[in-house]
Amino acid sequence: MRHRTQILTAAALGLIAVASATHAQSSTLDSVKKRGDLRCGVNIGLAGFSAPDDKGEWTGLDVDFCRAVASAIFKDPTKVKFVPLSAKERFTALQSGEIDLLSRNTTWTMSRDTQQGLAFVGVTYYDGQGFLVKKSLDLKSVAQLAGASICMQTGTTNELNVADYFRTRSLTYNPVVFEKNEEAVAAFNLGRCDAYTTDASGLYAQRIKLADPSAYVVLPEIISKEPLGPAVRQGDDQWANLVQWTLFAWLNAEGLGVTQENVDEMINSGNPEIRRLLGTEGEYGLGIGLDNDWAYQIVKNVGNYGQSFERNVGKGSRLDIARDQNKLWKDGGLHYAPPIR
Amino acid sequence: MASTRNGSPQETQSFAWLYDPRTRGIILQIALLVGVAAFFIEIGLNTAANLNAQNIATGFGFLDRTAGFDISQTLVPYKSTSTYGQVFWVGLTNTLLVAVIGIVLATVFGFVIGLARLSSNWLVARLGTVYVETIRNVPLLLQLLAWYFTLLIALPSPDAALELPLGVGVTNRGLYLPAPVWEPGLGAVLIAALAGIAGAVAIGIWARRKRLATGEQVPAFWYGLAVVVMPALVVFLSLGAPISFEYPTPGRFNLDGGIVLLPELMALLLGLTLYTAAFIAEIVRSGIEAVPRGQKEAAAALGLHPWQVQRLVVIPQAMRVIIPPLTNQYLNLTKNSSLAVAIGYPDLVSVFAGTVLNQTNQAVEVILITMGVYLAISLLTALLMNWFNARMALVER
Amino acid sequence: MDAGPIARSVDWLRTNLFSSWGNTILTLICLTIVWYVIVGFVDWAIFSAVFAGSDGSACNKPDAGACWPFVTHKLGLFMYGRYPDPERWRINLTYVLALAGLVPLMIPRVPGKLWLSIYLLTVFPIIGFILVRGGVFWLPHIPTELWGGLFLTLVVASVGIVASFPIGILLALGRRSELPIVRWACIGFIEVVRGVPLVTVLFMASVMLPLFLPPDVTFDKLLRALIGVALFSAAYMAEVIRGGLQAIPRGQYEAADALGLSYGQKMAFIVLPQALKLVIPGIVNSFIALFKDTSLVLIIGLFDLLGIVQQSISSDAKWFSPQTAATGYFFAGLIFWIFCFSMSRYSAFLERRLAGGERQ
Repeated sequence: MRHRTQILTAAALGLIAVASATHAQSSTLDSVKKRGDLRCGVNIGLAGFSAPDDKGEWTGLDVDFCRAVASAIFKDPTKVKFVPLSAKERFTALQSGEIDLLSRNTTWTMSRDTQQGLAFVGVTYYDGQGFLVKKSLDLKSVAQLAGASICMQTGTTNELNVADYFRTRSLTYNPVVFEKNEEAVAAFNLGRCDAYTTDASGLYAQRIKLADPSAYVVLPEIISKEPLGPAVRQGDDQWANLVQWTLFAWLNAEGLGVTQENVDEMINSGNPEIRRLLGTEGEYGLGIGLDNDWAYQIVKNVGNYGQSFERNVGKGSRLDIARDQNKLWKDGGLHYAPPIR
Repeated sequence: MASTRNGSPQETQSFAWLYDPRTRGIILQIALLVGVAAFFIEIGLNTAANLNAQNIATGFGFLDRTAGFDISQTLVPYKSTSTYGQVFWVGLTNTLLVAVIGIVLATVFGFVIGLARLSSNWLVARLGTVYVETIRNVPLLLQLLAWYFTLLIALPSPDAALELPLGVGVTNRGLYLPAPVWEPGLGAVLIAALAGIAGAVAIGIWARRKRLATGEQVPAFWYGLAVVVMPALVVFLSLGAPISFEYPTPGRFNLDGGIVLLPELMALLLGLTLYTAAFIAEIVRSGIEAVPRGQKEAAAALGLHPWQVQRLVVIPQAMRVIIPPLTNQYLNLTKNSSLAVAIGYPDLVSVFAGTVLNQTNQAVEVILITMGVYLAISLLTALLMNWFNARMALVER
Repeated sequence: MDAGPIARSVDWLRTNLFSSWGNTILTLICLTIVWYVIVGFVDWAIFSAVFAGSDGSACNKPDAGACWPFVTHKLGLFMYGRYPDPERWRINLTYVLALAGLVPLMIPRVPGKLWLSIYLLTVFPIIGFILVRGGVFWLPHIPTELWGGLFLTLVVASVGIVASFPIGILLALGRRSELPIVRWACIGFIEVVRGVPLVTVLFMASVMLPLFLPPDVTFDKLLRALIGVALFSAAYMAEVIRGGLQAIPRGQYEAADALGLSYGQKMAFIVLPQALKLVIPGIVNSFIALFKDTSLVLIIGLFDLLGIVQQSISSDAKWFSPQTAATGYFFAGLIFWIFCFSMSRYSAFLERRLAGGERQ
C-alpha cells in the first residue's frame, strides 16, 4: 500500500486532462443567448469611451455600443457584462472566448485584421494621434518636439506612429513608455516628459485629469489615422454580421432622424426606409438571427449614434469634443452606413 | 532502506503483484507520465486549435520582423527599424545591467547594515534593526512606485538643472554624466592597465605561496594596486592624456549629449538595492553570529589585530553560512527587476513581454522566451555560486 | 561605584554610545539623522498636514504636508474596492468568522487545534465564498470585478497560501520519492517556477491560460490570477516543507516501517505531523512573502490595496494635489507593514517556542 498519495496525484492530473478534453464548439449568438448576457471587452478607464463610476456603473461611447448589441439581442440594454481589459489583454480575451465583442477604442489596422485573429466590423470613432504639451512651451507643430521626451502607452499604434513620424523627418526624441495610460499621464503631470501622446480623443479625456488643465494645449497637428471600431473573433460570420449591422442601424437611425424620444411615433412613419429599419416592413432581423424589431430596440434603449456621441464625448459631456469628421457623410463627415434593404 | 514488503493478511495470491512495491512504482510512474503527457498534449492541441481557428500567426518568424518603435535606453545598437529579435537583446542587456549593478550595491550596503546591527554602539544597532524591519515588511512594488514619483517630484526640471562639479547635471529627466571620448593612444593605456592586472594576479599568487610556506604576511593588495595603476598612469600622462569628455549641454527640452542615467533606472536601482540589502543584512548578521565565540577569542589570544580577526578568522567562516542564502537573494533581485514594467524602465519584461507581445500578439512564443531567459539566468547564477561555495568550503580542513 | 539610577544610566551611555572616539562620532551622526527624519516626518504627517476638506483643493497649497482627507474619504474604497456599500457587512462578517478560527489557533495554549484547522480549511472557505460572492438565498450576486482593496489582497494571499499547501506537500514528497520519474517531474516543476519572476507567471495566467483551454471554457480573471499565485507559491511551499521532512530523523521512518505501516500511513501519521510542526515559522514567512507579492496583481489589472490606491491617485482628478501620491502610498505602505510586521513577530515567537521545546 505504498505511494497511495502519489497515485492520487497522478489520478488527479489524469482527471484534469480528461475533463479538459471534453469540449464542443457552438455559434457565438447561441452561446450568448444561452448564457443570458453579452460579454463585452472595454477599456479599464477612459473618460467618454468607457469608465466606471464609484458604484461600478459603466458609461461611454464604447459602452453604449455594447448596450446597443445587447438591446438588439435581448431587448434589454442591461444584459451586458463589461470586462475591463488592458491593452495587452484585449486581443487574447477575444481570441479565447472570454468576451464576445471587443469595444475598446481599438485602431483598425491590417495586421490586426488579418494576422491576429480579429475581424473589425466598422468604425465608431474616426480618430487621429495628437500631442498634449505645456502652453508655456509655445509650440506650433509636432516637428518642433525634436529632442523632447514624450510619454506614451506601450502596445499601441501610437508608439509606432511617433517612431515613424520622427524617423521620416530624421529627428530624434526620447520615448518614455508605460504599461498603463494612467502611469504615463501621472509621469507627464510630474514633468517627466515635454509631451504626452495618444489618440486625440484620449488627449481631451486625459487633460481634464491634469492638475491645471488650462496650462496645457493639444497641438493642432494630427499625425495618423486611427479608425476606432468594434471587433469580433474570426470564423463566425453570423455574429460578425450582427455586430456590424448593429453599428449600421445605429448610424442609419441618426441619418433618418429616428431618436430615442421619437422612435415610438416613427414606427407609424410612412417612410419605407424608416419602416425597414424599425422592422415594420420586411424581415431583416431574420438574417442575423434576431427578431424584426432589433433596430427599434437599439434606438429605444440607447438612442442613435449622434445622441450617444453628444452624451458621452460631445457637447453634453465634460470632454466637449467637436464632431468634425465623426459627422454623417451628408453633413460632411466620414460615417457612411450601407442601407437596410 | 525505507521499503517494506509486509502485505496485509487478507492479501490473496492472484493479486500479489498489485502489492509489489516495484510493480506499483512502475505503474504509478507510467500513470504520471501519461497524465502529464496528456495534460501537455491537450494544452498544445487546444492552443493550436484556438490559434488556427482564429487565423493567428504562430512560430518564431516574428523575431525577424521590423519592430518600428523606439526604446529609451539601449546598450546595444538599436533603431526603430531594427527587428523584434534586437528588441529582445536590448531588453536582456537592460535587465542584466540592473541586475549586476543592483547586486553589487545591495551586497555592499547589506554588509554595512548587517555589521551595523552587530555594532557595539547601541544607537547604530537599533537604527539597523529599524531599517531592516521597515523595508522588509513593505512590498517592493510600492517602494519602487514611491521612489519613482519621489524622484520625479524632488529633482529639478531641465530648465533648472542642478549642475554639479565635473559637468554632471541632475534633472528629473535623468542624471547626465560626461561621456568619455576615445582618442588615438588610449589603446596603449589599456594595454598597460591589462599588463598591470596580470602582474597584480601574479603578485597575489606569490604572496599566497609565501604566506603558506613561511607564514609571513605580504601587503599584496597594495602592491597589486600599485602594479595596476602606476604603469597605466605613466603611459596615460606620457601620451598627453589622450581622452576627452563630451559634456551634457542645455538643449531645447533636455540636456543634450553625455551619458544619461534615466530616472526610471535610478528609481529601480534605489528600490532594488535598499530592499535586497535589508535581506542581505539579516543573512550577514546570522552568518557572523554563527561563528563560535571561541574562534575570535583564540585568534585574539594569538595576538591578531581585531581587524585581522575579522578578516582572517570570522569572515571566511561566516561566508560559508552566508553564501547559499546570498545566492537566493541575488536571484530574487534579478527576478524582482522585472517589476521595472510598473515604472517604465525598458527591461526584458517591459519591452519584450510587454511591447513586443502587444505589437505581435504572439503571447505564447513571447512569454515562453521570457520565462526561458529568467530560468537560464537562475540556473547559471546557481551554478556559479555553487562553484564559489565549493571553493569557500575547501577552507575547512 | 555608586549604583544610583543616574550613575547607572551614565555608565550605560558610556559603554553603549560613547565607548571610543569613533563610536562617539558615529553616535552623533546617527542622532542627527534620527532627529531630521523624526522632525521631518512629524511635520509632514501632523503639523503641516491637511486634516479636513472634501477634495484635493484643500491640500493644494504650498508647503502642505500629508493630505489625510484623501485617505479618509476613500477609506471604504481602499478597504473593500467597489464592493457595493450596503453589502459590505458580508465582508466584515467573513472577517469575524475567519478571526473566530484564527485567533484561538494562534494562541498556543488553546486546545482543539485539529478542529479549528478543519473549520478553517473546510467549513470557513465554503461559508466565506457564499457570503462574499452571493447569488444564493437572498444574497445578491457580487461579481469579482467589484472586489478590491485590502479585501482582495487578503483573498488572494489566503487562497494562495491555503491552495498551495496541499500542492506543496505533494511536491515535497514527490521530490524525495525513490521513483525517478516522479522525483524529476517534481524537481522540474519546483525549479522552473522558482526560476521565473511572478510577473511572468501572472502574465501567463492572464494572457496565455485562456489560449490553453477549449474555446467555450473561460475563467474569471480573479480565478486565473489565483491559479497563478497558488502554483507559484506551491513551489516555494514545497521547499519549506522539504526542509521539515529532512529534519525528521531517519529513525522515525525506520520505526514506522518496522511497525508495518504503509507509505501513506507513515507519512500521514508519523512524518508529516512532525515535519509540518517544524515548518510553521517557514510557512508564516511564505505567507508574508505572498502577502507582499499580491501587490503584483495590479500589473494584470486587478485592484488590490496598492492597485486601488494607485488608481485613485492617478485617475481621480478631484483629489489631485502635490501630496496626494505620497499620502496614498504612505497609507498603503503602513497597512502592508502592520500586517507583515505582526506576522513576522509571530513567526519569530513560534521559532523561539519551537527551539525551547527541542531543548526540553
